[in-house]
Amino acid sequence: MEVPILKQGHYLIASIQSALTDADLSQLREALIERVGRFRARGVIVDVTALDVMDSFAVRTLRDIAHMARLRGAETVIVGIQPEVAFAMVQLGLTLKGVATALDLEEGLAFLDGVARERIERGQGRVDRA
Amino acid sequence: MPDELLVPIASDVDVVTARQQGRSVAANAGFSSGDQTVIAAAISELARNILMYARRGEIAINVISNGDRQGLVVVARDQGPGIPDVGRALQDGYSTSGGLGLGLPGARRLMDEFDVSSVVGKGTTVTMKKWRHLSS
Repeated sequence: MEVPILKQGHYLIASIQSALTDADLSQLREALIERVGRFRARGVIVDVTALDVMDSFAVRTLRDIAHMARLRGAETVIVGIQPEVAFAMVQLGLTLKGVATALDLEEGLAFLDGVARERIERGQGRVDRA
Repeated sequence: MPDELLVPIASDVDVVTARQQGRSVAANAGFSSGDQTVIAAAISELARNILMYARRGEIAINVISNGDRQGLVVVARDQGPGIPDVGRALQDGYSTSGGLGLGLPGARRLMDEFDVSSVVGKGTTVTMKKWRHLSS
């Protein structure tokens, strides 16, 4: 099942709706990385609220998405990891080291806005020209 | 056994099916939703190992009881290449597939009992159990 990707301002939001196969996850990775360029996105949110399990492949793919998007100039934040999923991930030894996470979509957007502000303060932001 | 459930593993879709079936059997057996997630995650790793190393195999899920305890037993079987060094395969970070090397040791941490028997050239059988205490 293909994951819908919405564009909102400078951000892309991928909202996972159901259990994903490995092929679905790989397809999501390719689609997001391609769209970061096509839409000149500054941020990516992957909403995993609907995922009831995250195994090693899912975690590795999310990490790859975050690292690849960063190489393309966009920051990624994973939102909505459920408490039980977090528990099982820790037991499995799976981490999302180096990848931003937030409680939910709202917090994820706030995080990306914060990153954007910091960039502008450092003089790395883009000034939208009329 | 009426609760016997057998899921053939031959593609990535089967990995999802196996863990969903495992979750539903665990739910019917009265496991908490936290335990259901743990069981589903462990099944996912074993199913993934079958695909990666043996290409095909099967996962059997059964409800068991032992005195006042009820539990779930998951058996993952394949006729793949086998594991030459089971001890090492159970160590974190050891992988011959380029994976994360967390599959077996990770699944072992999630379950209460874990046993690997493997014969090189013949295949591997992993048996893992999770117990539910009647008080929980």
